[in-house]
Amino acid sequence: MVTNAHLEKINQTPHAKKLNLELLSSERTSVILKLPFNEELIGDPVNGYIHGGAITTLADTACGVAIFQAQNNYRAMATLDLRIDHMQPASSGSDVYANADCYHLTHTIAFVRVNLYTDDASKPIATATGSFMRSNEEFPVN
Amino acid sequence: MQQQQVHLCALMKSSPLINMTLLQSIQQLKDSNDYEGMIQLIPYAKSMGIETSLVGDKIVSTLPFMESNIGNPTLPALHGGLVAGFMENAALFHLLWCFELKKTPKVIDFSIDYLRPGLTETTYSHCDVIRLGRRVALCNIKAWQADSEKPIAIARGHFLLSANEPIG
Repeated sequence: MVTNAHLEKINQTPHAKKLNLELLSSERTSVILKLPFNEELIGDPVNGYIHGGAITTLADTACGVAIFQAQNNYRAMATLDLRIDHMQPASSGSDVYANADCYHLTHTIAFVRVNLYTDDASKPIATATGSFMRSNEEFPVN
Repeated sequence: MQQQQVHLCALMKSSPLINMTLLQSIQQLKDSNDYEGMIQLIPYAKSMGIETSLVGDKIVSTLPFMESNIGNPTLPALHGGLVAGFMENAALFHLLWCFELKKTPKVIDFSIDYLRPGLTETTYSHCDVIRLGRRVALCNIKAWQADSEKPIAIARGHFLLSANEPIG
Protein backbone atom coordinates (compact mmCIF):
# COMPACT_ATOMS: atom_id res chain seq x y z
CA MET A 1 0.00 0.00 0.00
CA VAL A 2 1.19 3.49 -0.81
CA THR A 3 1.95 5.34 2.40
CA ASN A 4 1.03 8.95 3.00
CA ALA A 5 4.65 9.84 3.70
CA HIS A 6 5.58 8.70 0.21
CA LEU A 7 2.62 10.46 -1.34
CA GLU A 8 3.53 13.64 0.48
CA LYS A 9 7.05 13.44 -0.97
CA ILE A 10 5.65 13.02 -4.44
CA ASN A 11 3.45 16.00 -3.83
CA GLN A 12 6.61 18.02 -3.18
CA THR A 13 7.78 18.48 -6.76
CA PRO A 14 9.44 21.88 -7.24
CA HIS A 15 6.34 23.62 -8.56
CA ALA A 16 4.01 22.09 -5.95
CA LYS A 17 6.48 23.30 -3.33
CA LYS A 18 6.41 26.81 -4.73
CA LEU A 19 2.64 26.85 -4.25
CA ASN A 20 3.01 25.22 -0.78
CA LEU A 21 0.59 22.43 -1.72
CA GLU A 22 -0.20 20.08 1.16
CA LEU A 23 -1.57 16.55 1.12
CA LEU A 24 -4.33 16.41 3.74
CA SER A 25 -5.77 12.92 3.33
CA SER A 26 -5.90 9.94 1.03
CA GLU A 27 -8.43 7.17 0.35
CA ARG A 28 -8.22 4.13 -1.91
CA THR A 29 -8.56 6.13 -5.16
CA SER A 30 -8.85 9.71 -3.96
CA VAL A 31 -6.89 12.44 -2.18
CA ILE A 32 -7.47 15.89 -0.72
CA LEU A 33 -4.86 18.60 -1.37
CA LYS A 34 -4.75 22.11 0.02
CA LEU A 35 -3.55 25.29 -1.68
CA PRO A 36 -2.87 27.85 1.10
CA PHE A 37 -3.93 31.39 0.22
CA ASN A 38 -0.97 33.50 -0.85
CA GLU A 39 -1.05 37.07 -2.13
CA GLU A 40 1.47 36.18 -4.82
CA LEU A 41 -1.15 33.97 -6.47
CA ILE A 42 -3.76 36.70 -6.90
CA GLY A 43 -5.11 37.04 -10.42
CA ASP A 44 -7.78 39.66 -9.76
CA PRO A 45 -6.01 42.45 -7.87
CA VAL A 46 -9.18 44.50 -7.31
CA ASN A 47 -11.06 41.71 -5.50
CA GLY A 48 -8.02 39.76 -4.32
CA TYR A 49 -9.16 36.50 -5.95
CA ILE A 50 -6.66 33.70 -6.64
CA HIS A 51 -5.66 33.32 -10.31
CA GLY A 52 -7.49 30.58 -12.24
CA GLY A 53 -4.09 29.19 -13.22
CA ALA A 54 -3.17 28.49 -9.58
CA ILE A 55 -6.49 26.65 -9.15
CA THR A 56 -5.73 24.63 -12.31
CA THR A 57 -2.28 23.75 -10.96
CA LEU A 58 -3.87 22.54 -7.73
CA ALA A 59 -6.37 20.44 -9.71
CA ASP A 60 -3.70 18.95 -11.98
CA THR A 61 -1.45 18.05 -9.05
CA ALA A 62 -4.35 16.50 -7.12
CA CYS A 63 -5.14 14.36 -10.19
CA GLY A 64 -1.58 13.08 -10.30
CA VAL A 65 -1.54 12.14 -6.61
CA ALA A 66 -4.96 10.45 -6.89
CA ILE A 67 -3.64 8.34 -9.78
CA PHE A 68 -0.60 7.21 -7.71
CA GLN A 69 -3.10 6.18 -5.08
CA ALA A 70 -5.42 4.32 -7.48
CA GLN A 71 -2.50 2.60 -9.24
CA ASN A 72 -0.98 1.63 -5.91
CA ASN A 73 2.47 2.43 -7.32
CA TYR A 74 4.56 5.46 -8.23
CA ARG A 75 4.56 5.15 -11.98
CA ALA A 76 4.47 8.57 -13.59
CA MET A 77 1.71 9.82 -15.85
CA ALA A 78 1.36 12.59 -18.40
CA THR A 79 -1.69 14.84 -18.60
CA LEU A 80 -3.53 14.38 -21.90
CA ASP A 81 -6.23 16.91 -21.24
CA LEU A 82 -7.69 18.80 -18.35
CA ARG A 83 -10.86 20.83 -18.28
CA ILE A 84 -11.80 23.15 -15.45
CA ASP A 85 -15.08 25.00 -14.89
CA HIS A 86 -15.03 27.97 -12.56
CA MET A 87 -18.36 28.24 -10.76
CA GLN A 88 -17.42 31.12 -8.48
CA PRO A 89 -14.22 32.85 -7.38
CA ALA A 90 -12.47 31.59 -4.24
CA SER A 91 -13.10 34.32 -1.66
CA SER A 92 -9.98 36.35 -0.99
CA GLY A 93 -7.88 35.06 1.87
CA SER A 94 -9.37 31.55 1.75
CA ASP A 95 -7.36 28.37 1.28
CA VAL A 96 -8.56 26.18 -1.59
CA TYR A 97 -9.04 22.40 -1.32
CA ALA A 98 -9.08 19.87 -4.12
CA ASN A 99 -10.70 16.46 -3.73
CA ALA A 100 -9.53 14.36 -6.67
CA ASP A 101 -10.88 10.89 -7.43
CA CYS A 102 -9.29 8.61 -10.01
CA TYR A 103 -12.56 6.84 -10.85
CA HIS A 104 -11.33 4.64 -13.69
CA LEU A 105 -8.05 3.09 -14.82
CA THR A 106 -7.37 1.27 -18.06
CA HIS A 107 -3.98 -0.24 -18.96
CA THR A 108 -2.97 3.01 -20.63
CA ILE A 109 -5.29 5.79 -19.39
CA ALA A 110 -6.38 7.18 -16.02
CA PHE A 111 -9.61 9.19 -15.66
CA VAL A 112 -9.94 11.69 -12.81
CA ARG A 113 -12.59 14.07 -11.47
CA VAL A 114 -11.82 16.93 -9.09
CA ASN A 115 -14.03 18.97 -6.79
CA LEU A 116 -12.49 22.30 -5.66
CA TYR A 117 -13.87 24.25 -2.71
CA THR A 118 -12.99 26.65 0.09
CA ASP A 119 -15.12 26.22 3.24
CA ASP A 120 -17.87 23.90 2.12
CA ALA A 121 -17.23 20.85 -0.09
CA SER A 122 -20.89 20.88 -1.17
CA LYS A 123 -20.44 24.38 -2.66
CA PRO A 124 -17.56 23.94 -5.11
CA ILE A 125 -15.78 26.96 -6.54
CA ALA A 126 -14.70 24.83 -9.50
CA THR A 127 -14.79 21.33 -10.91
CA ALA A 128 -12.23 19.72 -13.16
CA THR A 129 -11.95 16.53 -15.14
CA GLY A 130 -8.88 15.09 -16.80
CA SER A 131 -7.46 12.08 -18.59
CA PHE A 132 -3.88 10.99 -18.17
CA MET A 133 -1.54 8.69 -20.09
CA ARG A 134 -0.01 6.06 -17.80
CA SER A 135 3.62 4.98 -18.15
CA ASN A 136 6.07 2.42 -16.80
CA GLU A 137 8.50 5.04 -15.65
CA GLU A 138 8.94 5.33 -11.89
CA PHE A 139 8.47 8.74 -10.32
CA PRO A 140 11.40 9.53 -7.97
CA VAL A 141 10.24 8.93 -4.40
CA ASN A 142 13.38 9.65 -2.38
CA MET B 1 -14.36 41.45 4.14
CA GLN B 2 -11.89 43.11 6.43
CA GLN B 3 -9.31 40.56 5.40
CA GLN B 4 -9.89 41.49 1.76
CA GLN B 5 -9.24 45.16 2.50
CA VAL B 6 -5.96 44.28 4.15
CA HIS B 7 -4.84 42.50 0.99
CA LEU B 8 -5.84 45.43 -1.17
CA CYS B 9 -3.89 47.81 1.03
CA ALA B 10 -0.81 45.62 0.70
CA LEU B 11 -1.20 45.62 -3.05
CA MET B 12 -1.73 49.36 -3.26
CA LYS B 13 1.60 49.92 -1.63
CA SER B 14 3.32 47.78 -4.22
CA SER B 15 1.52 49.35 -7.17
CA PRO B 16 0.12 52.88 -7.24
CA LEU B 17 -1.94 51.90 -10.28
CA ILE B 18 -4.19 49.73 -8.14
CA ASN B 19 -5.87 52.83 -6.73
CA MET B 20 -7.78 52.88 -10.01
CA THR B 21 -9.83 50.05 -11.41
CA LEU B 22 -7.83 47.46 -13.31
CA LEU B 23 -9.25 48.65 -16.63
CA GLN B 24 -8.33 52.27 -15.92
CA SER B 25 -4.81 51.12 -15.10
CA ILE B 26 -4.66 49.17 -18.36
CA GLN B 27 -5.83 52.24 -20.28
CA GLN B 28 -3.05 54.27 -18.73
CA LEU B 29 -0.53 51.61 -19.75
CA LYS B 30 -1.94 51.60 -23.29
CA ASP B 31 -1.56 55.39 -23.49
CA SER B 32 2.16 55.00 -22.81
CA ASN B 33 2.40 51.74 -24.84
CA ASP B 34 3.70 50.01 -21.70
CA TYR B 35 2.43 46.44 -22.23
CA GLU B 36 5.06 45.12 -19.81
CA GLY B 37 3.36 47.16 -17.08
CA MET B 38 0.48 44.65 -17.09
CA ILE B 39 2.67 42.15 -15.22
CA GLN B 40 2.87 44.46 -12.22
CA LEU B 41 -0.93 44.49 -12.01
CA ILE B 42 -1.39 40.70 -11.76
CA PRO B 43 0.54 39.22 -8.80
CA TYR B 44 0.31 35.66 -10.22
CA ALA B 45 1.97 36.75 -13.49
CA LYS B 46 4.69 38.51 -11.52
CA SER B 47 5.44 35.59 -9.21
CA MET B 48 5.58 33.09 -12.10
CA GLY B 49 8.12 35.37 -13.84
CA ILE B 50 5.89 35.93 -16.87
CA GLU B 51 7.00 38.54 -19.44
CA THR B 52 5.06 40.11 -22.30
CA SER B 53 5.88 41.46 -25.73
CA LEU B 54 3.82 42.89 -28.56
CA VAL B 55 4.24 40.99 -31.83
CA GLY B 56 2.21 42.57 -34.62
CA ASP B 57 -1.23 43.06 -33.09
CA LYS B 58 -0.87 40.23 -30.56
CA ILE B 59 0.40 40.03 -27.03
CA VAL B 60 2.90 37.17 -26.78
CA SER B 61 3.62 35.99 -23.23
CA THR B 62 6.93 34.44 -22.24
CA LEU B 63 7.60 32.06 -19.34
CA PRO B 64 11.36 31.86 -18.69
CA PHE B 65 12.52 28.56 -17.23
CA MET B 66 12.99 28.36 -13.47
CA GLU B 67 13.73 25.28 -11.32
CA SER B 68 10.50 25.95 -9.46
CA ASN B 69 8.52 25.36 -12.67
CA ILE B 70 9.27 21.64 -12.69
CA GLY B 71 6.37 19.25 -12.15
CA ASN B 72 8.01 16.01 -13.26
CA PRO B 73 11.59 15.70 -11.96
CA THR B 74 12.22 12.43 -13.88
CA LEU B 75 12.09 13.82 -17.41
CA PRO B 76 12.39 16.68 -16.25
CA ALA B 77 9.31 18.55 -17.50
CA LEU B 78 7.37 21.70 -16.64
CA HIS B 79 4.32 21.34 -14.39
CA GLY B 80 1.23 20.92 -16.59
CA GLY B 81 -0.83 23.07 -14.27
CA LEU B 82 1.65 25.91 -14.57
CA VAL B 83 1.57 25.66 -18.37
CA ALA B 84 -2.23 25.94 -18.16
CA GLY B 85 -2.04 28.93 -15.80
CA PHE B 86 0.52 30.61 -18.04
CA MET B 87 -1.73 30.11 -21.08
CA GLU B 88 -4.83 31.36 -19.25
CA ASN B 89 -2.89 34.45 -18.26
CA ALA B 90 -1.66 34.91 -21.85
CA ALA B 91 -5.30 35.06 -22.97
CA LEU B 92 -6.15 37.51 -20.18
CA PHE B 93 -3.29 39.86 -21.16
CA HIS B 94 -4.26 39.66 -24.83
CA LEU B 95 -7.92 40.48 -24.10
CA LEU B 96 -6.97 43.35 -21.78
CA TRP B 97 -4.50 44.86 -24.21
CA CYS B 98 -6.17 44.38 -27.58
CA PHE B 99 -9.80 45.23 -26.80
CA GLU B 100 -11.75 48.01 -25.14
CA LEU B 101 -13.55 46.10 -22.39
CA LYS B 102 -16.16 47.27 -19.90
CA LYS B 103 -15.30 44.67 -17.26
CA THR B 104 -12.21 42.69 -16.33
CA PRO B 105 -12.44 39.28 -18.06
CA LYS B 106 -13.17 36.38 -15.69
CA VAL B 107 -12.36 32.84 -16.74
CA ILE B 108 -15.50 30.67 -17.00
CA ASP B 109 -13.96 27.44 -18.25
CA PHE B 110 -10.59 26.36 -19.54
CA SER B 111 -9.78 23.19 -21.41
CA ILE B 112 -6.22 22.23 -22.26
CA ASP B 113 -4.73 19.48 -24.42
CA TYR B 114 -1.09 18.59 -23.85
CA LEU B 115 0.78 17.63 -27.01
CA ARG B 116 4.39 17.36 -25.85
CA PRO B 117 6.20 17.57 -22.51
CA GLY B 118 7.26 21.09 -21.59
CA LEU B 119 11.07 21.01 -21.61
CA THR B 120 13.23 22.98 -19.20
CA GLU B 121 13.47 26.00 -21.50
CA THR B 122 11.58 29.18 -22.30
CA THR B 123 7.89 28.79 -23.19
CA TYR B 124 5.81 31.19 -25.28
CA SER B 125 2.06 31.60 -25.62
CA HIS B 126 -0.37 33.66 -27.64
CA CYS B 127 -4.10 33.77 -28.05
CA ASP B 128 -6.56 33.91 -30.96
CA VAL B 129 -9.91 35.40 -30.09
CA ILE B 130 -12.46 33.21 -31.89
CA ARG B 131 -15.43 35.31 -30.91
CA LEU B 132 -15.73 38.48 -28.88
CA GLY B 133 -19.37 38.88 -27.87
CA ARG B 134 -20.91 41.45 -25.56
CA ARG B 135 -20.90 39.04 -22.66
CA VAL B 136 -18.40 36.29 -23.43
CA ALA B 137 -15.12 35.89 -25.31
CA LEU B 138 -13.94 32.55 -26.68
CA CYS B 139 -10.17 32.16 -27.01
CA ASN B 140 -7.90 29.59 -28.60
CA ILE B 141 -4.51 29.60 -26.93
CA LYS B 142 -1.27 28.00 -28.09
CA ALA B 143 1.96 27.37 -26.16
CA TRP B 144 5.27 26.44 -27.75
CA GLN B 145 9.00 26.38 -27.00
CA ALA B 146 11.88 26.48 -29.52
CA ASP B 147 9.69 25.65 -32.53
CA SER B 148 6.38 27.47 -32.87
CA GLU B 149 5.27 24.79 -35.36
CA LYS B 150 5.46 22.21 -32.57
CA PRO B 151 3.14 23.44 -29.82
CA ILE B 152 3.49 21.80 -26.39
CA ALA B 153 -0.17 22.53 -25.59
CA ILE B 154 -3.30 24.04 -27.06
CA ALA B 155 -6.20 25.30 -24.99
CA ARG B 156 -9.52 27.01 -25.33
CA GLY B 157 -11.32 29.05 -22.74
CA HIS B 158 -14.40 31.19 -22.25
CA PHE B 159 -14.03 34.52 -20.44
CA LEU B 160 -16.94 36.47 -18.97
CA LEU B 161 -16.86 40.12 -20.10
CA SER B 162 -20.04 41.40 -18.48
CA ALA B 163 -21.11 41.79 -14.86
CA ASN B 164 -22.37 38.63 -13.17
CA GLU B 165 -25.91 39.95 -12.55
CA PRO B 166 -29.40 38.46 -12.83
CA ILE B 167 -30.64 38.27 -16.42
CA GLY B 168 -33.33 40.98 -16.76
